[in-house]
Amino acid sequence: MMAEDALFGIHGTALALRSQRLTMLASNIANAATPNYKARDIDFKTAMGLAQQGSDTASAIRYRLPVQTSLDGNTVELPTEQTAFAENAVQYRTTLAFLDSRIASITRALKGE
Amino acid sequence: MNVFDIAGRAMSAQLVRLNTTASNLANAGSVSGTEAGAFRALKPIFRAVGDQPGVATVQVDSVIASNTPATRRHEPNHPMADKNGDVWEAGVDSTAEMVEMIEAARQYQNNVQVLETAKSLTLDTLRIGK
Repeated sequence: MMAEDALFGIHGTALALRSQRLTMLASNIANAATPNYKARDIDFKTAMGLAQQGSDTASAIRYRLPVQTSLDGNTVELPTEQTAFAENAVQYRTTLAFLDSRIASITRALKGE
Repeated sequence: MNVFDIAGRAMSAQLVRLNTTASNLANAGSVSGTEAGAFRALKPIFRAVGDQPGVATVQVDSVIASNTPATRRHEPNHPMADKNGDVWEAGVDSTAEMVEMIEAARQYQNNVQVLETAKSLTLDTLRIGK
């Protein structure tokens, strides 16, 4: 993972992390019926801190603490996962919007408008 | 493994589950002359497969016959009745199968939703700066 970028600030790193979290939440939703599957998520704050230092973000992965345990050992709770997934998608779009407007202003500056 | 692989393979797994449920329900009323010959409900066994921490899709390991016992019914006039006049009805719990069917369909839909969101985010990313 890259450190802070001169042009795009933290948003490039944030986008990569958002995409990583999207995959992880998709994994949880995919394994909603797998016995003994333990849901996992990224602690975004920790991951962001690690990414900005240029370190591996794998240690920011946490197991989800289920509200209710199920008999087959599966800790996926669909409402939780779906909410997190929707939230993460919105945050991904927000980061995209930041990047987009940054690109627009740089382009304007380059054109001398 | 990306989000498209994950959701896509999970959808196939849920489809296997839906197919076994359909076959269980289809065989629900079938009878046999022996207890061993009676149909037993089939269950897919799901397993998580992944190559990186926290990233896993689901795979159907095998489809096994369940332990739901066949029901003995005394029906001496049935052409398949044994010497005691009993027939064995398929070991299928229809109510449980209906619940399983709804759950599989819902989870399939969840994965479709994941796929749709991932697709729209990817397309938005491609359009960046335009």
